[in-house]
Amino acid sequence: MPAMAPETEGGGAAERVPAMQRLLDNHFLLLFLGVTVPAVLYLVWGIMEVAQIPIGK
Amino acid sequence: MAASNEFRTCSVTGLKVHLPAEALIKANAVVAVVFLAVGGLFGLLVALTRWQAVHILPAEWFYLLLTAHGADVLLFWVIFFEVALLYFASAILLNCRLATPWLAWVAFALMLAGAAIANVAVLQGESSVMFTSYVPMKAAPHFYVGLIVFAVGTLTAVGIFFGTLVIAREERTYQGSIPLVTFGALTAAIIAVFTLASGAIILIPTFLWSVGLITTIDPVMYKVIWWGMGHSSQQINVAAHVAVWYAIAAVVLGAKPISEKVSRTAFLMYILFLQLASAHHLLAEPGISSEWKVFNTSYALYLAVLGSMIHGMSVPGAIEAAQRKLGFNAGIFGWLRKAPWGNPAFSGMFISLVLFGFLGGISGVVLGTEQINLMMHNTLYVPGHFHATVVAGTTLAFMAFTYLAVPLVFRREIVLPTLAKWQPYLFGLGVAGISLFMMGAGTLGVARRHWDITFSDAPLTFEYPPAAILMMGLNGMSAVLAAIGGLAYVLVVVGSILFGKRLDAPDAERPRFIPRLPTTVAAYGSAGTLHVPGTIVLVTVFFMSFVLYYFVNWKYLSEIWPMR
Ligand code: HEM
Ligand SMILES: [Cu+2]
Repeated sequence: MPAMAPETEGGGAAERVPAMQRLLDNHFLLLFLGVTVPAVLYLVWGIMEVAQIPIGK
Repeated sequence: MAASNEFRTCSVTGLKVHLPAEALIKANAVVAVVFLAVGGLFGLLVALTRWQAVHILPAEWFYLLLTAHGADVLLFWVIFFEVALLYFASAILLNCRLATPWLAWVAFALMLAGAAIANVAVLQGESSVMFTSYVPMKAAPHFYVGLIVFAVGTLTAVGIFFGTLVIAREERTYQGSIPLVTFGALTAAIIAVFTLASGAIILIPTFLWSVGLITTIDPVMYKVIWWGMGHSSQQINVAAHVAVWYAIAAVVLGAKPISEKVSRTAFLMYILFLQLASAHHLLAEPGISSEWKVFNTSYALYLAVLGSMIHGMSVPGAIEAAQRKLGFNAGIFGWLRKAPWGNPAFSGMFISLVLFGFLGGISGVVLGTEQINLMMHNTLYVPGHFHATVVAGTTLAFMAFTYLAVPLVFRREIVLPTLAKWQPYLFGLGVAGISLFMMGAGTLGVARRHWDITFSDAPLTFEYPPAAILMMGLNGMSAVLAAIGGLAYVLVVVGSILFGKRLDAPDAERPRFIPRLPTTVAAYGSAGTLHVPGTIVLVTVFFMSFVLYYFVNWKYLSEIWPMR
């Protein structure tokens, strides 16, 4: 999906778009990050923690 | 499909409105309000039961209606309303057609069917497992089916939001970046995807367990994954109601954020870190390492809290800047005194902002700190905290937004304007009461989800300090006030939708609570000023209260748990 060049207010389309703004305009990259970060740090790590608890006899 | 490409031009805003999107917004919003009314009534009954002098419900009904209350308000009211918001923030604010309206109707039908099935299951009495439905407590299988069907419908609706963003970009219906309000909705939608995925991972096996196809589900495993859903869904609410704050400030005052860049970065913090806070529900769990707990609830979470603090400064800052531009420049707080306090959209938004920050935010950070959490874990402090966040914060913000949505989307004037003016104050005061008094009782050790704290028929007795019983009485009275505020909302909304003066005539007047052209809500742009002294004072007061209360709790802890 080619990122459409967003224009900043008042600026022309030719103006270089700052990296941060390109990130914020890339909705599907944000979706990917917003799912992956908690999936790894919270879910996967958390499940590993629980899986390591020894089974009681 | 000709019908799906029909637009009208809004007589108030001049925005192009996609008619199928509008119909879907209406349907989702109406169903939301119905669930709020039903669930709110259950909440009142629960609160009256915990008021010892009234103690209205028998034990079985207490747990049954507590379960129904949690599901109807926190799932069904809030999420139906959020779906309406997602469609509004995409199709309407982007001047665009909604992706696949027919599928959106399927999503709506699934959500409605799921919510109905879950309600039937709970009201039949075999599923009083409460909001968290922790295993090994087992509900009837159709309870889980209801929740799963509801979640599938919601995920479909979220997909339609993303589809609409793609259409808007391809058809170039907006320029540059999406508006801030839509970006907030995007944040909510992203968190919703993680939420619903966690829900699927845990609820599907739990359903199989309830019908006997799986023999056991590990309770701690359940809690970890369930809270990936249960907590993250609260972060959908935060993102959505912050977006609503910006939207209301823009519509009522023409406010623009102090800095688009900073506000968007704050939403980015939410996307990256807010969901990790799910771990605060497991702080008292044995078997899980402190590294996991502390990383997820402190280091990472504080970045998300930073995001909230930015919004907490940026929204009043936007209001102050807009008011000063309108000429209300006297002194430090002239802009606040001269704010439109008689406009329920504004007053509701501002009360939501203040209560969410002072009551919900501060108590949340306290509960989220591993050490001091232990003093309040599973006490009424917890419901006290989250009624400040999801009721005073989210619910009141959504109520406030309705006063703008009814004229804009339903094209009806608000009826009973005097009642409408008072509604946010009644509800806000009531909810502030239930939050504070439940927190107060919790600090004195009163357990949450407990039918009778006098232990009248128990073999072993225990006596709470009289102050705790008093708190529960005050909580019950506040609940009555909140319920009156809730009833006022339902009356005004239903009355307006059915009997309000039509606003679609060409010579119709400007809606009562929308004083100016609300164009900034769909635009990109910052206020372009840093002259907001009043906001700086407010934020300083907030910080001081925060720090003070935080350390008071460490002091309590040191007294409970002396290190000698
Ligand atoms: C008139 C308004 C309301 C009143 C009087 C009220 C009162 C209460 C009370 C007294 C409890 C039980 C605390 C306990 O014994 O553990 C409770 C629980 C709860 N409330 Fe409300 N509430 C109201 C509105 C809401 C709304 C609007 C929401 C969500 C947006 C909400 C979400 C919840 C949840 C999730 C629980 C926990 C259920 C559980 O423990 O399983 N409440 N409420
Ligand atoms: Cu939480």
